[in-house]
Amino acid sequence: MATTAWTHERLEQLRQTRVWRSIFRRGPARTNRTRSLAVFGNLALHVLPVKVREKSLSVRATYYLGSISFFLFVVLTITGILLMFYYHPAVPEAYRDMKDLVFVVSNGVFLRNLHRLAAHAMVVAVFWHMFHVFYRGGYKPPHEFNWVIGVGLLLVTLFLSYTGYLLPWDQLAFWAITVGTNIVSYVPVLGRPIRFMLLGGHIIGQNALLRFYVLHCVILPLAAVVLIAGHFWRIQKDGGLTVRDDHE
Amino acid sequence: MPGESKAPGKPEEKTAVSRRDFLNEIAGGALTIAGIGAAVVTVNYSSPNVLFEPPTTFRAGKPDDFIDPVTYLPDQQVYIVRSDKGMWAMSAVCTHLGCITQFKPESEQIACPCHGSKFKIAGTVQAGPAPRPLPHFSMVLGEDGVLVVDKLEIVSDSEILKV
Repeated sequence: MATTAWTHERLEQLRQTRVWRSIFRRGPARTNRTRSLAVFGNLALHVLPVKVREKSLSVRATYYLGSISFFLFVVLTITGILLMFYYHPAVPEAYRDMKDLVFVVSNGVFLRNLHRLAAHAMVVAVFWHMFHVFYRGGYKPPHEFNWVIGVGLLLVTLFLSYTGYLLPWDQLAFWAITVGTNIVSYVPVLGRPIRFMLLGGHIIGQNALLRFYVLHCVILPLAAVVLIAGHFWRIQKDGGLTVRDDHE
Repeated sequence: MPGESKAPGKPEEKTAVSRRDFLNEIAGGALTIAGIGAAVVTVNYSSPNVLFEPPTTFRAGKPDDFIDPVTYLPDQQVYIVRSDKGMWAMSAVCTHLGCITQFKPESEQIACPCHGSKFKIAGTVQAGPAPRPLPHFSMVLGEDGVLVVDKLEIVSDSEILKV
């Protein structure tokens, strides 16, 4: 107990320092008001609600599917960035780099599998989240627009999954992208030009690999971050989650 | 601000559009045009002008090299078909979603492994989801007796090379 008291005292001293006070301007969160202010005043937390109904925190209300999807997105971002250190989006290297990650790089196979499994899990989690919200009626007013953002996030998740599929540059990837981009060319009038722009040519080659890489690592994750921030923020602005009375 | 205050007894001319609205519309219009321009330029930029793709014209070989009814050229993804009527070159890429088809000698059919489309050796669709027949490519006999196929030039099925 003496150590706890000592730690509290040191923490209290730390809180009084000028540096600490310059970062956390509002002082310790001891009252409801200062706790609320702490959430409002934090860049990462201010998109989240300051207060939630206790019911909406129960497992059965959400099964935490949205949080699980977000957690998987964070896992995918971290493992993806680490994989980028060894991967060249170039035609002879891409496949070899993938094989190097599996057989040569320390813990490479762990990271690659983590990325791959988390990607599959994220698609499952996002779909499950959508079905759960649908069957709970969570799309109803005032949550209509957040449902629309959610559909955007579902599409971004699927596009991320699809663009990532080409990157190992193996036969599975090649034919999946052949079939997928041919589906695109069935779009009326614009189909062929869209396919040409997506592949950067007529065939699935170097240009296509680089474009899918940039989409996968930069454009789509940025879109996801923007949509996720909007999605979280709207939960707060729409007055919290839809919770039924029989959820206790 | 003092400069803007209206002098009494000197009513401003009534205009349908206020100065503020006029400037807002000009600025909004300029931004819209700039935005559309940026989008067009970006789309243009994303469509390459020079491609480093394999050539689409190739020398297939001498007619006598193709004695089988259907010969598949894996590098070009092209069939050279020989029948009693003559010879033609035909795409081996399924018109459904781009998988590579395969000739089945036992049934004299060309079959796609992906979604089960089946074609006659003339290229016409017999079964499956393929929306169009396999396209025929222009094939000419060069001066040196070698068949030259151009995959960019699609010809009608009736253009058959007599050899």
